[in-house]
Amino acid sequence: MARANQRVLPGFSLTLGYTVFYLSLLVLVPIAACFARAASLTWAEFWGAVWTERARAAYLLTFGASFAAALVNLVLGGLIAWVLVRYSFPGKRLVDSLVDLPLALPTAVGGLVYASLYVKSGWLGRFLVPLGIHGAYTRFGIVLVLVFVGLPFMVRAVQPVLEDIDAEEEEASSSLGATRLQTFRHVILPALHPALITGFALAFARSVGEYGSVVFISGNMPFRTEIAPILIVARLEEFAYGEATAIAVVLLVISLALLVLINLLESWTRRHAA
Amino acid sequence: MKRSRFLALLIVAGASVFGCSKGGGESSATQASSANAEPAPKPAASVELLNVSYDPTRELWRDLNEKFVAAYKKETGTDVTIKQSHGGSSTQARAVIDGLDADVVTLASFLDTDAISKKGLINPGWVDKLPNHSLPYTSTIVFVVRKGNPKGIKDWQDLVKPGVEVITPNPKTSGNGYLSFFSAWGSVVLRKGSREDATKYVTALYKQVPVLDSGARGSTTTFAQKKIGDVQLAWENEAQLEVREAKGDLELVYPPISIRAEPHVAIVDANVDRKGTRKVAEAYLKYLYSDEGQEIIAQHFYRPFNEAVLKAHAATFPELTLFPITDIAKDFPDAHKQFIAEGGVFDKIYEPKH
Repeated sequence: MARANQRVLPGFSLTLGYTVFYLSLLVLVPIAACFARAASLTWAEFWGAVWTERARAAYLLTFGASFAAALVNLVLGGLIAWVLVRYSFPGKRLVDSLVDLPLALPTAVGGLVYASLYVKSGWLGRFLVPLGIHGAYTRFGIVLVLVFVGLPFMVRAVQPVLEDIDAEEEEASSSLGATRLQTFRHVILPALHPALITGFALAFARSVGEYGSVVFISGNMPFRTEIAPILIVARLEEFAYGEATAIAVVLLVISLALLVLINLLESWTRRHAA
Repeated sequence: MKRSRFLALLIVAGASVFGCSKGGGESSATQASSANAEPAPKPAASVELLNVSYDPTRELWRDLNEKFVAAYKKETGTDVTIKQSHGGSSTQARAVIDGLDADVVTLASFLDTDAISKKGLINPGWVDKLPNHSLPYTSTIVFVVRKGNPKGIKDWQDLVKPGVEVITPNPKTSGNGYLSFFSAWGSVVLRKGSREDATKYVTALYKQVPVLDSGARGSTTTFAQKKIGDVQLAWENEAQLEVREAKGDLELVYPPISIRAEPHVAIVDANVDRKGTRKVAEAYLKYLYSDEGQEIIAQHFYRPFNEAVLKAHAATFPELTLFPITDIAKDFPDAHKQFIAEGGVFDKIYEPKH
């Protein structure tokens, strides 16, 4: 109690209780239910449901495409955040609010629009397909829509941190004789690093669970463009709840492991940079 | 600092799971809210029914409900309000199993109604409680082709000719999808082909399918709007609408043989008994068999059960052999298990790309 009272604002235990309560209600209870459902299967059933060759191909695609999309967003989203913070230009407000659009738009609509743009008869496809670039019904198409749904997470994670970095630090660095590259590597990047990792992790996790947009652009071909959430829906259609949740649990465990790994990597690099 | 990062991590992990589990119930949010809005049992002066149905029947039920409400009011003086819920057929079945307060279910397939019955919400023997095995209408799978039928597609065998691209939804996630599969299978085994021939045929057929959309409307978009493929295997009623809307760009082709799709209707006994709505629910479903109900059904391109009404609309419903599911399996659940479910024939078509 004495410790709690030392805080500037009162109500620590109350707010902590509130936080734990809501986290449990919104996150932990549903996840626990997911695990409990999957636990209704025997070990052999569980394994048979989640580790077929087809399922493995789907996991690989889901995580691979999400990773690729998050990487693209790392560069693209970082760049957009930079432009929005450091430059002023007419229509900046509009561009700024456009970034959030993928959050507001039902992702199924995003997937449908992307697919119809990139098919052979689409506005973009009629130029791209003759060049051999197939944006619809391919793995490339999946990455495209995942970049779309992940973009706001990246931009919004980096933007506030960039705003806090004083442009004077860069000026100081360059007046001390650093090249532009050196300034970027030794002044800007270290400060931005945690935000970039957070944005990456958010965009990645968002992509792993994405269903609505992907089903419309992927073509859902087994072993080629079938993502793991489609397998979940397929099992639900058979009223095989246990098997469906088993696949969800595998996705969850892999996601969690990857996110922990990203976090460890981040603290490791930070320690070594210091 | 450290702790808050860990919490953030947990939230992120949670978000990814919610994202994936959302797949199964895209439409269930609205259904749940309509279920919550259901009032407690009321005196008979005004009754409310909830009809839980599948996706492409919106217009059909809007018309049927309007006419039934008027007819029932005239006959009994009771005001009825009918609420509708639409979504993927098996998603809807799961919603009813999980507590959506449906008085009647009018789903796309026996499979889905049967699943509800197996959970004890619909009494056993429900199939024979209404005329014609609880089928006020049937439907089938037909072909939609491009103007002038450039690839000359007339029968199932034409679908596997070299260079023909076929559009049909994923049998694993769509009723249209598995009915197409059953039709294709039946077109071989019911014309003296062996099981091996049929397996060979469906394997060849699905190799010519470039896109497996998750549902019927998705594959209509792929075929009609994105202009992918030479032929679409579609619900008859959807195909009729699609061709009318295309204004000459698309044509209907009736294969000589196809599956008889059986969208059963049923009263959800557990719910009507609790809500005291059985009498109205029964009248509602019986109305579907009346001349007026059958006429509306035919106008929406579903094949009416009443022979006379079907004859009157002969121009819309060309004759073809409609085989029942029992010709290729014990029943719908058995067919689904043999052909579509995990480890079935459909799974063996696709091999890993090495």
